[in-house]
Amino acid sequence: MTTFDPYASSRETTEGTVFSVTGGDWDSLVSEIGESKEERIIVNMGPQHPSTHGVLRLVLELEGETVTEVRTGIGYLHTGIEKNIEFRNWTQAVTFATRMDYLSPIFNETAYCLAVEKLLGITNDIPERASVIRVLMMELNRISSHMVALGTGALELGAMGPMFFAFREREAVLDAFEEITGLRMNMAYVRPGGVSQDLPAGMNIKLRELVKTLRKNFKDNATLLIGNTIWMKRTEGIGYLDLAGCTTLGITGPVLRSTGLPWDLRKMQPYCGYENYEFDVVTADTADVYGRFLCRMNELEQSLRIIEQAIDKLDKLEGQPVMVADKKIAWPAQLALGADGLGNSLDHIREIMGTSMESLIHHFKLVTEGFRVPAGQAYAAVESPRGELAAHVVSDGGTRPYRVHFREPSFNNLQSISAMSEGGMVADIVGAVASIDPVMGGVDR
Amino acid sequence: MTQDQSGMFGAAGTGDTSGYGGLVRQAVSFGSTERPYGSYFDEVADDLERAYPDFSDAITRVVVDRGELTLHVKKERLVEVAFILRDKLRFEMCMGVSGVHYPERTGAELVALYPLLSMTKNQRIRLEVATSELDPHIPSVVEVWAGNNWHEREVFDMFGIIFDGHPGLTRILMPDDWDGHPQRKDYPLGGIAVEYKGATTPAPSNRRSYR
Repeated sequence: MTTFDPYASSRETTEGTVFSVTGGDWDSLVSEIGESKEERIIVNMGPQHPSTHGVLRLVLELEGETVTEVRTGIGYLHTGIEKNIEFRNWTQAVTFATRMDYLSPIFNETAYCLAVEKLLGITNDIPERASVIRVLMMELNRISSHMVALGTGALELGAMGPMFFAFREREAVLDAFEEITGLRMNMAYVRPGGVSQDLPAGMNIKLRELVKTLRKNFKDNATLLIGNTIWMKRTEGIGYLDLAGCTTLGITGPVLRSTGLPWDLRKMQPYCGYENYEFDVVTADTADVYGRFLCRMNELEQSLRIIEQAIDKLDKLEGQPVMVADKKIAWPAQLALGADGLGNSLDHIREIMGTSMESLIHHFKLVTEGFRVPAGQAYAAVESPRGELAAHVVSDGGTRPYRVHFREPSFNNLQSISAMSEGGMVADIVGAVASIDPVMGGVDR
Repeated sequence: MTQDQSGMFGAAGTGDTSGYGGLVRQAVSFGSTERPYGSYFDEVADDLERAYPDFSDAITRVVVDRGELTLHVKKERLVEVAFILRDKLRFEMCMGVSGVHYPERTGAELVALYPLLSMTKNQRIRLEVATSELDPHIPSVVEVWAGNNWHEREVFDMFGIIFDGHPGLTRILMPDDWDGHPQRKDYPLGGIAVEYKGATTPAPSNRRSYR
């Protein structure tokens, strides 16, 4: 035995010797393990580990450096969002849904709102401007989300540079979000019936400028990583999962498209008017970490193309409503910028308080009580940056959702980590997890 | 679906003189939908009937609502139907399981819904399986769609539906030693009242609710 080390203690259990390691103490651990005859060790990776994308716990069984078994522990970020939604009205639920997968809030909101609109039977009544804004926001969000996937993914494999570029681009997108919605994340911007407010004046010009900057800046990461020998060695042939594996495990998104199948809900089952945009579905054929990286990288350009078309459409739709015309559903959000920030427009308040009793009652009822949604159930799916994100919404005819279930792509796709990593090396698990791009807020909800 | 509702603001027996007290809204009940179902749903039903001779026995109701097809399957027949749907009708993806708890539906309180996707035909359908709270067993479809593994664990965790034949049915989101199944309707939300500047906001489950 080596001398006692308070930072790397060991104790005997019925399962064998358990070593506790707290960092910076590998020498004493290595010498202690070196004394034992057994080759097989079990390593707990996470839940607090810098390369597990939040609080993901992986239990690895290793033979030397080869991984023989991966078990996943999740639930550390479970917040009961689905249960909480049952105690809020239909509009308030958006505020919860947006916080699930915190890297793609707009997608969470849109999936939920599309399901509610299906239940209300107003899918075709959503104003075109609202749908175009949703598409615009979703594609901006896809960029900001892919930027985290690429930046942190590269960082976890030891490449520091790409993260700086990726977060520079992400910041630019988040600034646009802030300007449009008031918030950088969790904006609860998409509401049943439309979006909470119109774009601020002059936003189209700024967005065009943003597209130009992003298109130029994306080249930095592309030249850094695409074809880079070190990067290829860490990603090629790693985390292999072919089409059959994806289908049986229900995998969607870039992981599925990296097998060569061009399955994208925006093309196959369009929503929010995606059929009116020109873009390509990006695929790769390597079914490995590098293929998924390429898919995300190339999707950025497609998102920019969609954004450009959306801005053109917005130019033509200037001044059109962004909320459904039915005043029994449309949240009374006549917002205006006052001295103390964004709030209800004073003109609107003057009208409802001073001249129209009916409007006041209406406003009050809609805000306190909310609208009723006819009984039934609906399922609406959108193509989020991670795959099929769907909301299954059940109504009993009341002012609150009876049950909302989110089919989260991160939750589903994380199951494939065993199939991707078993038989490989320990170091490659990090790459495989990064290529799935799980967001634990979405996994645990 | 639910009981009839009367009055506004969920108030009963109050001195409501507004006239809203007499308002009665009828509960909606979904019977089986009559043919033609519309869209590609007739084709799916025909194909399934052809591929699966026990169709009328295994599938109790076919509901088409809001452009979605729901097949209500007897739970004993679920795995059979699932295999036929996957192998013959090419619903190669199951997008998970969603549980719902209807305490007022005696004998069929717990419901599991399986959204299916056929990438080959670009179609979606949904299977609905109900079971009683007293016997919360539904056969597992993990052998048909391996990706349902975690989804079934989640529904077990949240609703207490036991999926027979699941390779390792343990809690997935809640701690292993947790009591109860949080998303059942009789499980309280919890939360505490919050005081701010003299005013108290009650916990969400204690706030006034509107029916």
